[in-house]
This record gives sequence, structure tokens and C-alpha cells, in this order.
Amino acid sequence: MKGSGQAVCVPADIDTDLVIAGRYLRTKDRSLWAAHVFEDLDPSIASRLKGAVIIAGKNFGCGSSREQAPIAIREAGAVAVIAPSFARIFFRNAINIGLPLIECEFACVEGRTVTFDLSEGWVESCGKRHPLRPLSPRMQEILAAGGLVEYWRASR
Amino acid sequence: MSTLSERILGATAGEYVDRKVDRAYAHDGTGVLTLDAWRNIGSLRLADASSLYIHFDHIAPANNGTTATLQHELRDFARGSFLHFSDIGGGICHQLMSEGIVLPGEIVIGADSHSVTPGAFGAFATGVGATDMAAIWLTGETWLRVPESIGIHLSGRLTGAAEAKDLALTYVSKLGTDGATYQALEFLGEGVRTLAVDERLVLSNLSVEAGAKAGLFYADEITLRYLRQYGHEVLHQVPETCSYNQEIDINLDDVVPLVAVPHRVDTVKPVHDIAGLPLDQVFVGTCTNGRYSDLARFALIVKGRKVAVRTIVVPASAAVLAETIRTGVLTDIIEAGCTIGTPGCGPCIGYHMGVLGEGEVCLSTANRNFKNRMGVGGQIYLSSVATAAASALEGEITEPEAVR
Repeated sequence: MKGSGQAVCVPADIDTDLVIAGRYLRTKDRSLWAAHVFEDLDPSIASRLKGAVIIAGKNFGCGSSREQAPIAIREAGAVAVIAPSFARIFFRNAINIGLPLIECEFACVEGRTVTFDLSEGWVESCGKRHPLRPLSPRMQEILAAGGLVEYWRASR
Repeated sequence: MSTLSERILGATAGEYVDRKVDRAYAHDGTGVLTLDAWRNIGSLRLADASSLYIHFDHIAPANNGTTATLQHELRDFARGSFLHFSDIGGGICHQLMSEGIVLPGEIVIGADSHSVTPGAFGAFATGVGATDMAAIWLTGETWLRVPESIGIHLSGRLTGAAEAKDLALTYVSKLGTDGATYQALEFLGEGVRTLAVDERLVLSNLSVEAGAKAGLFYADEITLRYLRQYGHEVLHQVPETCSYNQEIDINLDDVVPLVAVPHRVDTVKPVHDIAGLPLDQVFVGTCTNGRYSDLARFALIVKGRKVAVRTIVVPASAAVLAETIRTGVLTDIIEAGCTIGTPGCGPCIGYHMGVLGEGEVCLSTANRNFKNRMGVGGQIYLSSVATAAASALEGEITEPEAVR
């Protein structure tokens, strides 16, 4: 899987309450989640996510197991999230809904183009290539299928 | 030699395994998306309904028409599917799974991050999201990476007003909010024997606040006696010498009452250092500190006095509520001027039953103080039950010893 987008930088230890606040969860309206993604962190982020790659600090997605968090990020148009580490439930949730997560560490420069190639195992930013930690084989299969629902649909 | 996680999962740390899930549970929040995902897969089959549980606890009863409609759909499904269903007022999923359901050695998966709680029984218990839960509904199995473990060695015993919650905040602050990511915690040592099951549940519950995948106790005589009340006879789990990624020693005698300050659980201060901070609300309850022993301890402190600030007490389950009625604890709490909520999560997630207003400050016995969690612009401080009780009486953060 390959992709690229403009970098949107977010800090370390972003919890899923900050990705999508609890007050927006009681609906199935995904566009509402996209409209309010990261609102309590910085309300300007949502409008910048179309085609973007989110570059986060460590431990992205800690806290609540709410799957609306990766859904909101994907629905807002982000193509991937890159961070040195992810909280484990968010990690599973994102792959399960088809949002690529990349474990890789480098300094984020807002707005710069970031390119990645998961099969070759690198992320490129500011003219420099950084190695990434590959997903487990199972997670690669799930992501390649487009998510866990599609994975099970195909295998039935 | 194996860690308890390795023993239960039957593989070595770092390996990926597919395992049958002994018990899988979801709540009204995650269950709605689980049902959608399960239907989207296109199967109308549940692998094993007898191992599945749905508990309505997050917004219970529903706060508005939108929520009620979502719950209506899930409730209809749950009632018609032969799985175990607990409707509004039954209590918090983690508490219900801890009332004689989860047994040592089981693999337990919950669609909620605090599903680490039943690790207190020597089960491998962890949280997932809605779609993973849908796959468990479909197959009865899930994939897991066997975690490395961190050994937390406990010695001594808690003294004075210090509680298991203060011990939990102690280890979370030592590890940091991601100090145990992808790893399991194992609680070991002589100090474990001084901790009742209710106290162990607090320690397991907070393990996810250090990023842990699970927080396990080895089943011992105390576990065995607790589960015997529910008609189960279980065996001890004996720790083996094994290698831990990291080992931490905590002497329980050194634990003092602590408060986690906004907006991080790993940022703690001794209550002493923050005493006098004015409060708008005190909240006692949740999957961390809403058990009978918590409410009884709270009542002991407030009995015969009046709280100076609005105080919301929410029992963790219907059984807890019934017990407080039977013993008179509930009367003591009400006569002290507190209000009681329906058994469930209460205002912890900021949906209902005590949402904070802009600029309001709440002292809560819950497990998360994230920004805006209980209401936009509200500030959340986390403490033990005794600190919450003393603070409720004074209307400001107060050392628990101060009101004895």
C-alpha cells in the first residue's frame, strides 16, 4: 500500500476523547464525527484533514475504545496516521476500519508532503526516508481487505 | 517459565495466536456499532450466544430520543438472540462480569477499554473496539499478540486513609500513561495478600491508564473465597519464576492519598499539596470505585454530617444498590445530602446524570480526567473514596484524615 498527503502535526498522548468527544457519539452519522474530529484539541484541524497524513507524537489514541475515533479521522479524509506508537485498542480499531497506521518516528513539519510505501517499509518526509515498523501479517491482511468487515465478508 | 498471560494464552510473549474467547461483552455505547459491523459482515449467526453479554450502562436510562432509538434497536436484537442481556439499571459491564461470572484462567474480551478489570480474577481480560467484537460474535475467536509483562511487586500493607485507588494512581504515575503499552501488568508479592478482591479490581481497572493490555492477579485463597459466594470452586494459580520486561517495587506502607489533576491520569499530587481547592461537584461511583465496599466506606465518613457541595453517588450495579439498602448504607448517604443515580456509569463519560458546566470543578472516584470528558470546560480531579468523602463534607479538596 502506498500513499501521500500533507502533514498535519498533533502532539503526543492524544486520547480518543480529544479525537472525537463523547458528546458526539450518540448517532450513526459519520459526517458529524468527521466535522467535529479533534475539536477539543484544535477546531481548525478538521477542515485540514482532506488528503492529509496525520503525524502524531507517541501513544496516539489512548483512552476509550470508541471506534468512532478512527472512523472520524478516515471520514474527514485523512489517508493515514503516523506515530512512534499507538494505544493498542486504537491500533486494532483503525486497521479494522481500513485506516492505515504507521509506526515511525520523525519530526513533523506542518503542511510538508509525506509519502509512504508500506510494502517497501518506508516513510519519506523533507527528502529523507525513515524505516517503519511493519504491521503483523494478520493486520496487513485486514488492511489489504479494506477492514475487518470486508476481511470476514471475503472469507465467508 | 511463563507469565500468567503466557500460561492462559498458551504461547510465548511476542507470538500471535487465535484463541477462543470464553466471555465477550459489549455495552450500549460500543454494542450499537458492533451490531452494525456484524450485520455488515452479512452473517446472521452468533458463534456461541452463551458466551456473549450486552450490558446497558453508559447512558442508562437513555438521555434523549436519539439515544433511546439506538438503544431500542440493540435491545430488540439482544432480547431475540439468546445472549446474556442486562438492561438499564443492572449495572456497569465490568462490575457485572466481576459478580461471579469471570473465572481464573479464562480469556475475556470486552468492547470497552476498562475490560482489563476482571484481570483481578486471574483471567486474561482486555478491551477491543466494536468491529473486533463483531468478529468474535461471528467466530467465537479473536487474534491476540501474547504480551510481554511488567511485574509489580507489592510489599507491606496500606495504612491510614490510603486506599487501593491511591496505590493504583501511584503505579500509573510511575509507569506513565503509555509506560505499559502492548504489555501486561502482573501484581505480585506479599502485599497482594492484604488486598481484597474489590481492591484488586481497582488495580486491574487502572492498568489501561498506563496503556496496559491486561492487569492480572494470580488467583489465590482470597479469589477462591470470593468466587465461592457465587457457587464456584476454583484453583489457585501459582506464580512461576519468569522474566519480566520491567519490575517495579511498591511498599504499600509508603502509599499516601493522591489526586490525579487535569487532564492526565499519570499526573498526580498528594492530596496534602492541593487541599483547599474549591469544588462544584463530587462524584462517587464507576467501574473503579462504585462497589459496595466503596459506598460503605463513603457512608462511614459522611454519616451524621452534611455534604457542602452537590454529591452524586452511583452504585456500580443493582446488587451493590440492593446491598446498600439492606445494610442502611444508602440511608446514611442520602441523609448526608447526597443524591443517588441509577446503577451504571453515571456522569463519568459526560452524557448524563451530572455533566459539568463551563468552569466547574469535580472531584471524582472514576479513572479518567481527560479534557472536557464530563462536560465542556469542566475540570476533573480523580481520587479515592475517602478523599472524595472528606472533600464532599468540606466543599473543597480535603485530606481524608482531616475529617476523621
